[in-house]
Amino acid sequence: MAELAPAHAAHAHAAPTGFIRKYIFSLDHKVIGLQYYFLALVAVFVGMALSLLMRWHLVWPQSHMGWLEKLFPAGAAGGVMTPELYLSLMTMHGTIMVFFVLTTAPQSGFGNYILPIQIGAEDMAFPTLNMLSFWVTFVGFVVLIAAFFVTGGAPLSGWTAYPPMSALPEAGPGEGAGQTLWIVSLALFSAASLLGALNFITTTLDLRARGLSLMRMPLTCWTWFVTAILGLLAFAVLLAAGVLLLMDRIAGTSFFVPAGLVVSDRVINHSGGSPLLWQHLFWFFGHPEVYIAILPGMGVVSQVISTFSRKPIFGYRAMVFAILAIGALGFGVWGHHMFISGMSPYSAMAFSVLTMSIGVPSAIKTFNWIGTLWGGKIRFTTPMMFAIGFVSVFVTGGLSGMFLGQPPVDLFFHDTYFVVAHFHMIMGVASIFGIFAATYYWFPKMFGRMMNDPLGKLHFWITFIGVYAVFGPMHYLGLIGHPRRYAEITGVNYLAQSHPLHLFMTIAALITVGAQLIFLFNLFWSMFKGKKAEMNPWEATTLEWTVPSPPPHDNFAGAHPVVYRGPYEYSVPGAPKDYIMQNDPEPAKAAH
Amino acid sequence: MPLLLALVIWLVCLALALPFFTRTWWFPVAISEHARQVDTQFMFTLVVTGVIFIVAQLALGYVVFNYGRRRSGAATYSHGNNTMEVLWTSATAILFIGLTIMGGSVWARVHFMGAPPGAIPIEVTGQQFVWNMRYAGPDGKFGALDIRQINDAGGNPLGVDSKDPAGKDDIVVPTMAVPVNRPVELILRTKDVTHSFFVPELRLKQDTVPGMTIRIHFTAETVGKYEIACAELCGLGHYKMRSFLEVMEPADFEKWLQKRSTR
Repeated sequence: MAELAPAHAAHAHAAPTGFIRKYIFSLDHKVIGLQYYFLALVAVFVGMALSLLMRWHLVWPQSHMGWLEKLFPAGAAGGVMTPELYLSLMTMHGTIMVFFVLTTAPQSGFGNYILPIQIGAEDMAFPTLNMLSFWVTFVGFVVLIAAFFVTGGAPLSGWTAYPPMSALPEAGPGEGAGQTLWIVSLALFSAASLLGALNFITTTLDLRARGLSLMRMPLTCWTWFVTAILGLLAFAVLLAAGVLLLMDRIAGTSFFVPAGLVVSDRVINHSGGSPLLWQHLFWFFGHPEVYIAILPGMGVVSQVISTFSRKPIFGYRAMVFAILAIGALGFGVWGHHMFISGMSPYSAMAFSVLTMSIGVPSAIKTFNWIGTLWGGKIRFTTPMMFAIGFVSVFVTGGLSGMFLGQPPVDLFFHDTYFVVAHFHMIMGVASIFGIFAATYYWFPKMFGRMMNDPLGKLHFWITFIGVYAVFGPMHYLGLIGHPRRYAEITGVNYLAQSHPLHLFMTIAALITVGAQLIFLFNLFWSMFKGKKAEMNPWEATTLEWTVPSPPPHDNFAGAHPVVYRGPYEYSVPGAPKDYIMQNDPEPAKAAH
Repeated sequence: MPLLLALVIWLVCLALALPFFTRTWWFPVAISEHARQVDTQFMFTLVVTGVIFIVAQLALGYVVFNYGRRRSGAATYSHGNNTMEVLWTSATAILFIGLTIMGGSVWARVHFMGAPPGAIPIEVTGQQFVWNMRYAGPDGKFGALDIRQINDAGGNPLGVDSKDPAGKDDIVVPTMAVPVNRPVELILRTKDVTHSFFVPELRLKQDTVPGMTIRIHFTAETVGKYEIACAELCGLGHYKMRSFLEVMEPADFEKWLQKRSTR
């Protein structure tokens, strides 16, 4: 039984000795996971800083910031932010957050670190590919940030980069070299994500420990697995679309630009392209991308709620089916981003029915989380607080989608702050809460020390109230018909009434972002000064809690764990403790 | 801790929901039949999602409070309940899909059906960062366009072909006027990038797409002056790309048109 299966032998590699092979160009999934995590950490602080600048500008558009001029000599000439600088900050905020935070941390970060251990493998299936994925992603990030510092600055076209704006340098500052770098960055990111997805899928299918059938996998593994499949299908399309857009810019093709355009008094020499083609390709990627960001968080929340309710997850099979349903339906709803785009109004109805349908598995998950808490014996650890907070913001963000999923209602709300409220709640905040829950939950495993709990709780309270204060009022802005992506609220008269709300949100954002420094301090302080963590500090059941904290190079020190039961056997009647580990051979007396 | 967390969840959600009742920030006045239908569909959706929102957040707070304060005994050992899964799956499916089917007719009336006969055609052309409105003039025909004749400074921002007789009486203006209670058909175009024509009071929004001509229609029922905003990111001046829609008594509209055609 102890002999190596061929698949195991293929990816086994000796522990590296030198600093570079150990920490920089490492093949170890744990190091690569941490590299992704810290990349996302840098990215999220850059992204938050950009959002604060935007929020500041919306409330005090004329305020003088000398240091801003040093950073952006053209965009903030005289120290006052120009509309084009605002839009480039917005574009970069969205791009950084969606790709380098929400796609990077939950899947590539935690997935890389935890998945192999949770399924009893000693590494990912393709360690070299894994290293390559990270470094290509890293280069993608550097290329993206470089867009700020080229002539014209970063692009203005938003993270959605609709052509012809994104295809024509004439369309505005930032649409020159900045937009080109943006496309190159996304192409790199897509390629890296494709490699990563292959690795995750192969690892999940091939390297599971004996006894770990698919239906015994922790829900985290299910979500990483399905997310990888989504990534494989979605990023392939984004990569193709990005290459076509790049060709339109540099090779004279016209995939997305039709004939007869006059931009900035210049007749454009393109013909035959369709701006809607980009929108279809982009959203064919873009909507599954939402689930790429949120699914791993759902897995983490299931794991954390089960652990700290001391109860098996309510409806494990229903949860798995819901994950699969979200993954499948997620590819049939992209048109709801295009109800008013000029797309056939008939297809809008079909997209709408599918969109409303995807609310069903999301509702199932919510009910099952509440069902898990019901009858539990709840332990209020910091990860649990964030998991409970996740459920609350997920409900809030999900329900606003029920308005946007209906074409006649979307007629009013499309491209207003209501949409901004919706996707920040469901895709941004919920995913970030998933990342926080995962950080507080697995930190002891990753660093061998506990994070400080009172600081964690303080971080939770401010963040939970803060995100509602920042994004809640955006719903009301949507009600008054406030379009999004406006650099100032002075151009249209009816927006004057929005000023008090903007002021409130800006103050709330300053406080909420400030509270993230508590998290940052806790993270690094605990890494060196935190209380030493035991092997299984949370009394949890899955395989990562059967190895030392932090785990050795090959995770199980040469042993091959065998799994005897499902992932969430808590409070089994008659068992000696209130949890039974997955690799515990002692049969649970009342399990069947 | 359990009570505090439950209270914070409830209070935060109450604070979020409250303005939906007080209507401190609310839709602008609805000035067409279509706008009122959109509002009705919105209210249906608000009731359904509002009830789910309140029940879900109350339930979350309740379980947190009730099972968080528990000190003795073990948690219930249960893997779930299939009857309940089927029940809430069917219930949400019927509610969510039912909602959108219910609203289908509102969408159909504005998008599946053409403008009623006798509608006044107005061509709307977006351009970084202004709106151009074109009326066909007394002959009822729009003149051909020629992009080589575009001359913003010379008063021909659309490039109305000087050789086409149908274009001689075309009126091109930066704001829109329409007679009250008379159907209007908009023919939406753009010169450069994608824009979006948005009149909040009409609950009407439609992208203007390069290479495409898109038709929508409305009938405004309330005299007044309303703002037209651009709702699709179109460049650095996006935030100030606005115009006005003036809904007038028919006689005033004729005078308005007259004044501009004699220029």
